Amino acid sequence: MNELLSVKNVSKQFADHKALDEVSLSVPSGSIFGLLGPNGAGKTTLIRIINQITGPDSGEIRINGNKLNPGHIARIGYLPEERGLYKKMKVGEQALYLAQLKGLSKSEAHKRLKYWFDKFDIGAWWNKKVEELSKGMQQKVQFIVTVVHEPSLLIFDEPFSGFDPINVNLLKDEILALKDNGATIIFSTHNMASVEELCDHIALIDRSKKILEGEIMEIRNTYKSNTYEISFTGEISDLDKKLGTEFTVIKEEKIGHSSTAKIKLNNGNGQNYLLQKIIPHAEIQSFKELLPGMNEIFIRKVQENENKN
Amino acid sequence: MNKVGLIIKREYLTRVKKRSFVIMTILGPLLMAGLFIVPFYFAQLEGETKVIGVLDHSGLFFNKFRDTDNIKFRELSGDLEENKELAMQDNLYALLFIQPLEYGIPEVAKLYSIRQPNIVVKGYISESMRKSVESMKLELPDIDPNVLKSIKTNINLLTVKITESGDERSSYTELGMGVGFISGLIIYIFIFMYGTLVMRGVIEEKTNRIVEVIVSSVKPFQLMVGKIIGVAMVGLTQFVLWVVFTLVIVSTFLSFYSDEISNYQQSQLNIQQQLESSGINTGPQLPSIDKGMETNDVNESLVAFYDMMNSINFELIIPMFLFFFIGGYLLYGALFAAIGSAVDSETDVQQFMLPLTIPLILSIVVSQFIMMNPEGPAAFWMSIIPFTSPVVMMIRLPFGVPVFDLVLSVVLLIAGFFFTTWLASKIYRTGILMYGKKINYKELWKWLRYKG
Repeated sequence: MNELLSVKNVSKQFADHKALDEVSLSVPSGSIFGLLGPNGAGKTTLIRIINQITGPDSGEIRINGNKLNPGHIARIGYLPEERGLYKKMKVGEQALYLAQLKGLSKSEAHKRLKYWFDKFDIGAWWNKKVEELSKGMQQKVQFIVTVVHEPSLLIFDEPFSGFDPINVNLLKDEILALKDNGATIIFSTHNMASVEELCDHIALIDRSKKILEGEIMEIRNTYKSNTYEISFTGEISDLDKKLGTEFTVIKEEKIGHSSTAKIKLNNGNGQNYLLQKIIPHAEIQSFKELLPGMNEIFIRKVQENENKN
Repeated sequence: MNKVGLIIKREYLTRVKKRSFVIMTILGPLLMAGLFIVPFYFAQLEGETKVIGVLDHSGLFFNKFRDTDNIKFRELSGDLEENKELAMQDNLYALLFIQPLEYGIPEVAKLYSIRQPNIVVKGYISESMRKSVESMKLELPDIDPNVLKSIKTNINLLTVKITESGDERSSYTELGMGVGFISGLIIYIFIFMYGTLVMRGVIEEKTNRIVEVIVSSVKPFQLMVGKIIGVAMVGLTQFVLWVVFTLVIVSTFLSFYSDEISNYQQSQLNIQQQLESSGINTGPQLPSIDKGMETNDVNESLVAFYDMMNSINFELIIPMFLFFFIGGYLLYGALFAAIGSAVDSETDVQQFMLPLTIPLILSIVVSQFIMMNPEGPAAFWMSIIPFTSPVVMMIRLPFGVPVFDLVLSVVLLIAGFFFTTWLASKIYRTGILMYGKKINYKELWKWLRYKG
């Protein structure tokens, strides 16, 4: 896969605090790339460097192989975590202004904004002042001005905060649609469920260093712990005794007429071996391998990193 | 459209459309017109007839001063000291003394009085003298274009107080002082009002959290400069509207006040035409030159008003005013923007405002002193140091400032503007993205050393 954005050995020092330490990333073209990390890890600094709001002390950033330059500003759409609008300004006027700042002509901006306002069903808000809008409505306007210039690289920092579940879904669909249209998306959030749902690749930054990067399924496979979830009819009494020491039953519960158990294989045996052991005792309804969630990996990696230091 | 242009346009339009702008635009001229009209009105109210003794040792102004309803002239003769005593005894309002000159036409006269003569009396006398002098110049035998140029005359009317003990104390023309002080004061108010407006705008963007969206499209420097220029244009718009409205109000007032205005303007026009035609014709023709003064019942307030307009060196003061007005604002505007970027809310600005307000307030506080010593070292230094020069130089200007001082002051102000903008932009680009941190000077110093 082509790489759209490459970050090479980027460092950034603030007076007494190193925000980024030799960070390198590679964001494949057309992917959704999750940029993860605890608060204060340096994510926002990296995003600001990509947006040319600040410059790196050392290192290099390339977009489509070209060194980052002012021409790229019009090709990037950025929805910051700390986002707002001019409260006293009218919604439409403000959207036009922000779109023009991204380099669209007034008529083109007007045309595209009209399309998006209709799509989000907020055309009626065009002449209202921003302060009359609810927070969710403002977020929609902000999302629109982020994407209206059809950038090839989109950066969303906590895009879902402030949205109700219906609008979160609407937004997810829009993000996926943008990806289908060929945009590359960097997605920074603490919501690991949405990372699993949306991202193809992730990078984990902690204490100004990158500590993990890769395709999300590969990472989850790497960190899998040979744990399986199995459902069967009825109940197996003394399951752990029947399975013996080769297995550890992590959790077992009965719901209605069937039971579910989480079982970890302790030695190198494959899953078929587990099935063989259970088949004599009950009728199997479902069987699947449990991959570690991003939440788990996140916590594990960050804690490892902290223990190292 | 380029991005700074877009920013300027937004900053300008959102402010000009505000109701407070419209209200200020209407109220300002009423106040300013009041400043012009009230002194004339009160002078007019002093109902008593004022008798002015004229002691004309040049012999050129015999019968040139026409009596009005309130001002009567009495021709005197003899030497000055006698007449001063006479004036005291006869309770004359003032004594006008015109010295003889070796050659040429006098343009200086002294007005002795016990009380401070009012603005209408002074204006009427100097305007009458000016007209006479201008027509005398036209009568000179060998009139050539160079002489014609010098025909536009400024009468320098020194007012001298005769105190009870007989001492004399000269005072300069208050009018020039007034113009200098008022323009200095306007610059001071403008810097404060619009500097604060810039600061508020920056704080607003910061607390609204829109600033990060915008700096992902434009450079922080562009945003800062756009805002400063946009606000400056709001200020200029307001100022121009004030001047226009004030002039409209004052002239409307004057035209109600007196039917003479058209007459007087006509006579002004006649002189103008006279000047133009005599440049081409062989001999000067003077029949209508004194028409304005011959009209009976001339309104002395109106005449005094024209004198006021004539006695100010507008050719120098207006461009200099505009320069220091804009230059001073730009110098401070950038610093106000930097302060706005460093704080989270308006309540935190006090500690940073102090170093900005001290030089500004100081320059107003010392204005009295500067007017008394317009050539002194304090006046010199304060009028070239960029942080005080916009106000102090305007105060000094009517007293005559050496070209060297003026050029130095202009150059330093421009250099100062580049310096503060550079300094402010470094603080600004870090400050606007910094939240929830109490900022002190040490912190600002760190920001100055951050790399782009």
